[in-house]
Amino acid sequence: MMMSGPGELPAVGNGAQYTVSEGDHVVLKREEVFKAVQVQSGRKITFEKQWFYLDNVIGQQYGTTFEVSTGGVLQPLKAKTEEVAKETNEAGIDNRNIIDDGKSQKLSRDDIEALKGQGLKGQDIVQHLIENSTTFRDKTGFAQEKYIKKKKKKYEAFITILKPTTRIMAMMYHSREPGKICYLRYDTLAQMLTLGNIHAGSKVIVAETCAGLVLGAVMERLGGFGSVVHLYPGSLPIRAAMENFGFPKSFYNHLYDFPINKLNSLLSGSFSTEKETLQKQTEVVVEEGNGSPLSTEQVVASCGETLMENIQSEETEAMDVACEDAENKEINAGKKTNVEERKSKQEDRMKKLQAAAAVLQGRNADGLIIASRLYPSPLLLCLLEFVAPSRPFVIYCQYKEPLLVCYSNLRERGGVVNLRLSETWLRGYQVLPNRTHPKLTMSGGGGYVLTGITVAMNKAKSIANNSKPQRLEEPAAKRQKVEESKS
Amino acid sequence: MSFVEYRDVIQNGDTAIVFLGHDSMFAIKVQQGGATQTKYGAIKHSIDLIGKKYGSKVTCSKGGWVYILHPTPELWTVTLPHRTQILYSTDISMIIMMLELKPGSIVCESGTGSGSLSHAIIRTIAPTGQLYTVEFHKQRAEKAEEEFCDHKIDHLVTVKNQDVCKEGFGVVNVADAVFLDIPSPWEAVKYSKSALKMEGGRICSFSPCIEQVQRTCLAMTEQDFMDISTFEILLRVYDVRTVSLQLPDLGTGGTNSQDTPADLKNQSKENSWSDSQQGTTQFKSGAPLREMAGHTGYLTFATKYLS
Repeated sequence: MMMSGPGELPAVGNGAQYTVSEGDHVVLKREEVFKAVQVQSGRKITFEKQWFYLDNVIGQQYGTTFEVSTGGVLQPLKAKTEEVAKETNEAGIDNRNIIDDGKSQKLSRDDIEALKGQGLKGQDIVQHLIENSTTFRDKTGFAQEKYIKKKKKKYEAFITILKPTTRIMAMMYHSREPGKICYLRYDTLAQMLTLGNIHAGSKVIVAETCAGLVLGAVMERLGGFGSVVHLYPGSLPIRAAMENFGFPKSFYNHLYDFPINKLNSLLSGSFSTEKETLQKQTEVVVEEGNGSPLSTEQVVASCGETLMENIQSEETEAMDVACEDAENKEINAGKKTNVEERKSKQEDRMKKLQAAAAVLQGRNADGLIIASRLYPSPLLLCLLEFVAPSRPFVIYCQYKEPLLVCYSNLRERGGVVNLRLSETWLRGYQVLPNRTHPKLTMSGGGGYVLTGITVAMNKAKSIANNSKPQRLEEPAAKRQKVEESKS
Repeated sequence: MSFVEYRDVIQNGDTAIVFLGHDSMFAIKVQQGGATQTKYGAIKHSIDLIGKKYGSKVTCSKGGWVYILHPTPELWTVTLPHRTQILYSTDISMIIMMLELKPGSIVCESGTGSGSLSHAIIRTIAPTGQLYTVEFHKQRAEKAEEEFCDHKIDHLVTVKNQDVCKEGFGVVNVADAVFLDIPSPWEAVKYSKSALKMEGGRICSFSPCIEQVQRTCLAMTEQDFMDISTFEILLRVYDVRTVSLQLPDLGTGGTNSQDTPADLKNQSKENSWSDSQQGTTQFKSGAPLREMAGHTGYLTFATKYLS
């Protein structure tokens, strides 16, 4: 097997990779809710209306479940928790005699608060609630189970610590901050990775404004083998979600980024001669970095800073996905650096930019993935120039209409086959004995995907195409076209 | 070519995809001196294919032409010879992401069937992962092994001809993920648990019927699997076309008749799609296909946490 790229064989045997260390990027899970954080001893974490410290997590294995006890200390759960004893098998048959008088629970809110204040465990509180419910015994077995489940969810706080993966990150972002990822649902992301044939050893172009989620997903599938070029609008790439994956350093060796507003000059060949002006431009950007809000990034960054201040003064719940932290720190640190450091940083950036340009200019990328808030068609037509023939490409859009335009424009351009516009529907099920049915709510839309495969462009033909734009690249499509015009 | 690594040039022994048009593709094995017949005439492998670039247009003997595409698991799925019912890319995508597969993952699968999912798994876990696939049908197991060899991915997969419900996967505490597509997955759940690493891992079971799902979920609960969740994923494909609808003739005399032409004019100025002629209006539409797959199977996922 010939493989380019700096892949590392996963550590085998010692299990070190399964143990949580200080500085690790982890995901906290409570029931179906996730939160990404970086492990730091002494740092207070707020999650699902609870606060705690992650100190006790360090040295434990991933997949361990903890219970929050007084003072925000996490206690690893020894064995599986004993089920709350249903103690009686007494149960009603139906609810004809159950009346909602609001008095079935004999414990008052204050009583419950007092129980909590005594440091009583969650499962004991649930037991108290059951014992003090006058209607519990009359409920049907199913209703009793449901009651217990609901109370457990409220009073038993078990937190599991997990390694970040695309599955978890995509589900977390979709439920918590869909706006940041252009409402990309996780099943749609799964389609994109498969349709794009993303795998180790590939050179992939990713144009995304999904907080780096798509970029992270692609990097996970490359596993450190191959390379990625991240195309971004504005002056800085935003990739907080990618940072949350906690990839090893080697994964960053072949991660490049390139600004979208330099693509035209790269295509026209004026990019390399532009070096000088480019240098000046970056200087300007760096110098004005903390001044006027030139770009969206800077606006975002300053928003982030205010959030940061909020956190420093007092813990806020607003900062749910803690992912922005790392980036903010970077920015803050950037401000403090002196002129020399700034200059060397700037040179590094120039080098990286040149490297990214060189990678693109090979015009032999193995795949292209677009998932952004930008109008996709111009971006797509431009970026396809950098893709080798017989390679898949995938464009995501929250809306269908811009992809209809892409489809038509691609047909006119030629050089692509097997175009398909699609969407997936995802339906969850509750599977329980005698209570199996589709989930009551489901996501209404997870966006649309246009996919195809590049083929060699016939130069002579593409000129002919200009005069006869109706002429198509696909032999079978001709028949399709006839059918279309008939309908 | 290889199913796990792109190459630019077609070589002797490659599996290549001949593309005649949408929904009209087939796989061929490129052989020195070989020839393939298409409805546009013959393709001579030595002259037309070997040494050419993937993605090239190839002119057939009768003057028609086709494209030759690099194989991918997705193209293989739509061109492979069926020995069983197969999984398609929509379900496969979900399975691969929800099982958290990536380069280096160790995966157990049963049954191998026609190898549609196997190819996608191997593509994802290469170059450092391994697939252990179990197929109780001897002939199918042998055929799959042959194909993996042909596709130069045999170093990434081990095929075992045994009954997973009676003998398991033949490996213990090595897998990051297990996938089951068998008629009675509940009988294989305990072997799945033992195949997974001590540190834990993910499991997925694919079943067409809800009764199978219920039994499987019960078995998973008994084996201490957590976060059990069942999904169904449906693919909706849209046909992109320009539609023109006739404008209603409301007669003359009303205020409406004066508004309509003005509306149309505005519309055609604002909207490049709508190239309105007298009496009709046009627009671009993504129309659902007349028929779609309404059900393939339920996907049940769960996690084994470290014990």
